[in-house]
Formats: sequence, structure tokens, C-alpha cells
Amino acid sequence: MLVTIIRKELNMLFISPLAWIMLALIQLVFAGFFLVRLDAFLEIQSQLLQMINSPGVTETILSPVFALAAIVLLMITPVLSMRLLAEERRNRTLTLLISSPVSITDIVLGKFLGLMIFLAIVIMLIVALSISLRTGGVLDWGLILSNTLGLFLVTACFSALGLYVSSLTAQPGIAAVVSLGVLLGLWMIDLVASETGGWIHYISLLKHFRYFNQGLIDTFSVAYFILFIVTFLVLTIRRLDGERLHG
Amino acid sequence: MVEVTKLITLSTQNLCRNFGNHTAVHNFNLQLRRGEVLGLLGPNGAGKSTTMRMLTGNLAPTSGSIEICGIDLLDKPLEAKAHLGFLPEVSPLYFDMTVDEYLLLVARLHRVEKQSMQEVMKSVKQRCGLSDQSQNLIGTLSKGFQQRLGIAQAIIHNPDVIILDEPTVGLDPNQILEIRQLIKELSATSSVILSTHILPEVENVCDRVQIMHQGTVVFDQTMAELRQQDTNLGNLFTQLTQS
Repeated sequence: MLVTIIRKELNMLFISPLAWIMLALIQLVFAGFFLVRLDAFLEIQSQLLQMINSPGVTETILSPVFALAAIVLLMITPVLSMRLLAEERRNRTLTLLISSPVSITDIVLGKFLGLMIFLAIVIMLIVALSISLRTGGVLDWGLILSNTLGLFLVTACFSALGLYVSSLTAQPGIAAVVSLGVLLGLWMIDLVASETGGWIHYISLLKHFRYFNQGLIDTFSVAYFILFIVTFLVLTIRRLDGERLHG
Repeated sequence: MVEVTKLITLSTQNLCRNFGNHTAVHNFNLQLRRGEVLGLLGPNGAGKSTTMRMLTGNLAPTSGSIEICGIDLLDKPLEAKAHLGFLPEVSPLYFDMTVDEYLLLVARLHRVEKQSMQEVMKSVKQRCGLSDQSQNLIGTLSKGFQQRLGIAQAIIHNPDVIILDEPTVGLDPNQILEIRQLIKELSATSSVILSTHILPEVENVCDRVQIMHQGTVVFDQTMAELRQQDTNLGNLFTQLTQS
């Protein structure tokens, strides 16, 4: 049943032009930024050679690309997640899913995983971009791996949050604006945190992503991401179940 | 010999639903036999839709129990829902899909076997007169075809209990006749609950009538009994619900 829901979500995504336009635009932005970084690297390459323990090509080009990708995905995930439940509710199609012999957990997980598969494609395109550098040099695979993992986890957090917000309303537009607002809020926390330190930076998603960005796979960050994802998925399931109970 | 329990497809006991202090449905009792078509009547706000939402697991009852083919809907929702087909007031359609894509999705959701998929899709399209619309986008279909697709969605898995909330709204007179014919065909193998405001429709297709008013069932008789007493359904309806 989970597979049926995932297939349905992917089908719905790819029959709308939104997904295709999104993929094209994202790729354009990343490729452009990638080229700019590559250009900058080639310019300073000779100076880097004279340094001891100088940063490599992966660190100078790819880390910033992944950092930008996290911000871009923070912006676009709400647009993709807004319709997941809000649109089903507005078109009254949620009734179809709930009257079918499918559990609410399957509905929520299916929708989440469907969106994650789409976002994994976006991330894979960035990885493909990175691998293209191999034609001119040696890559730091460990750094790429930690960046990919980090980006995947942080995007999963965005999606889980977006899915929950989408379950609260019948208006996809409102769902998009609210989840973007919350995500931007979490980003703001990040800016505050870097100035003051203290406990507040533990909450910031992008702060945790930065460790991955530097090549550090921290179990605390992994745990925080997973906790964040599970919390919002459970909240979504509870929300849908509560609707059945309270009307 | 057939067991009595197998004949009863749907049974509810003292079904109640409150929204805050407001009682939407009070002590709804129903024993529905296989092959029976029940007409659920009542003025707007009488609790028909609430009852139907409870019977299909979209809304949890405040108290009482629902059994579908002997399976408790609240204890084992997935098993019970497998025997159920539901057409809500507004057809649950994905306007971006084609008719075939949509029916395939619904069939998968209702666990239709892979081997019989093609056959099931073909037969349901034929029954609902959708054979020529296979590749059309649902959003571009006329209201009548959308309504038929809504019905197709409810009957694709040959459920034992079919619940239709105002299935003939927005259809032209020919289509209404076709749908009534279809409901009669469906009653050969399943039980059907039908909510409607059109009294002749009830007289035409139903075996049994229940009238709801302010959340309670105020009238419950078979059509045969009604005909015997020579009562006019219209007068009866006005009498019972205008207090």
C-alpha cells in the first residue's frame, strides 16, 4: 500500500509542469554557481599551490555549492510540500484515501517518501555535477559523501515540516507561506546562534548541516535530524487521526 | 443453508456522534441485508452525511459500534474498509489524471489483484458508461461523466456495502435513469445505502426507507409495507420532518 501511495505522489508530481520547471531552474542555478566557483578556483590555484596544507578542489568548489543547495532547497521544498495534504483536502480527495483500506501511517509515509524521492533526484543531480570535476583532478569522496548525507537529511527535515503544515490547512498557498516562514525562522535562529553561541544553535537546522558541509558526520546532528523528521511525521499522523475523531 | 450473519452486510448499534454540545446523530441502529437498497432521507442537516462518514470510517462515532460483514470497523479498520465502497457528496477526483490513471490508482488502493486488473477496469468502465473516456483528463469531463466516475470509483472492487451520498445530483434525466438502473444491478450482489432528496428516486430503486430528522431515525419501513398502506412518501416526509 505504501508503494501505491508513493507511486501516486510521484505520478502527480511529474504530470504537473511544476516539477519539471523546478528541476530545470534548480539545475540552472547550481550549474551557474558551480561555474563561478570553478572560475574562482582556477584563478587562485597558483597561490594555493604555494600554501602548505592548502584546501583542495572539493573544499573550495563543492562545499559552497552544497551550502547554496541547502538554502535553495529550503526555499523550494515548501512549494513542493504545500499540495501534499492541503490540496487533497481542498479537492475532497482525502476522503478517497481515508475510505480505502490504507492506514493513515501509510498515507503520511507514502507522501513523505514520494517527495523525498523527488528531492533525492535533485540532490543526485548536484552529486553528478560534483563528479564531473573528476575529469580534471582528484576528489575528496569523504567530503562529498558527508555533504550528500547532510543535504539529504536536512531536506528530509524541510519536507517533514512542510508535510505537517500542509496537514493543517485546506489552502496550499497558506501551507507554502507558513512552512517557508517557519523554515526562514529556523534560518534566522542560525544567524543569531552564530553571534551569541549558547544553547540556541542546537535548534538550528542549517547549523547542524554546516558540520556535514565541513565533512564532519556528527552523530548528535544525525540524531537531531532524525528526531526532527520523526516528530513532524508523527504530528501529521496524529493530526489526520484527530480529524477523524473530532470532526 | 446460509448463515444469518452472512446475510447481514452492515450492522450498527446505537451509533451516536456529538460535535461539542450539538448532537448530530443519536442512536442510529441499522441491520442491512445483502441485496437490500436502503434510501436514507431527511432534510438538510438531519445527519445523513455525518452518518455516512461514520459508516465509512471518515469520522469516529462518539459511541456505538459498526460492523461490516461481521468485522468491527473501529477495531480492524483496514479489513472492514476492504468491503466498502463510498461516493461522498463531492466526488473525490484528481482533475489532473486521466480516467484510466485514476481508476488504476483506485483499484490499487482497494487491493484489486494484478492479474484481474485489466478486466476489472474494463468492466467498471462499461458498467458506468465510461468506455470512450479512458484517455480523457478528468478535469475536462462534463459533470455527468465526473459523477459516473465517482460511482465507478466506489464499485470498482465489488464491495459488499456501497454507500452513495446523493449520486444523481447534477445529472440529466437520461443519466439519472441509467444510474438508477446501475444501482438496481449493484443490488444483485451488494447492499446499497443511498441518500437523496428526490422522493421518486427512492420509490423507484429502494427496498427500504429511513427518514432522519434532527439526528434520529423517525421512520423505518420497507417499500412493500409502504405500498400496502398506500401512504404517500412526500406527505409522510413533510409530516415527520416539519416539527
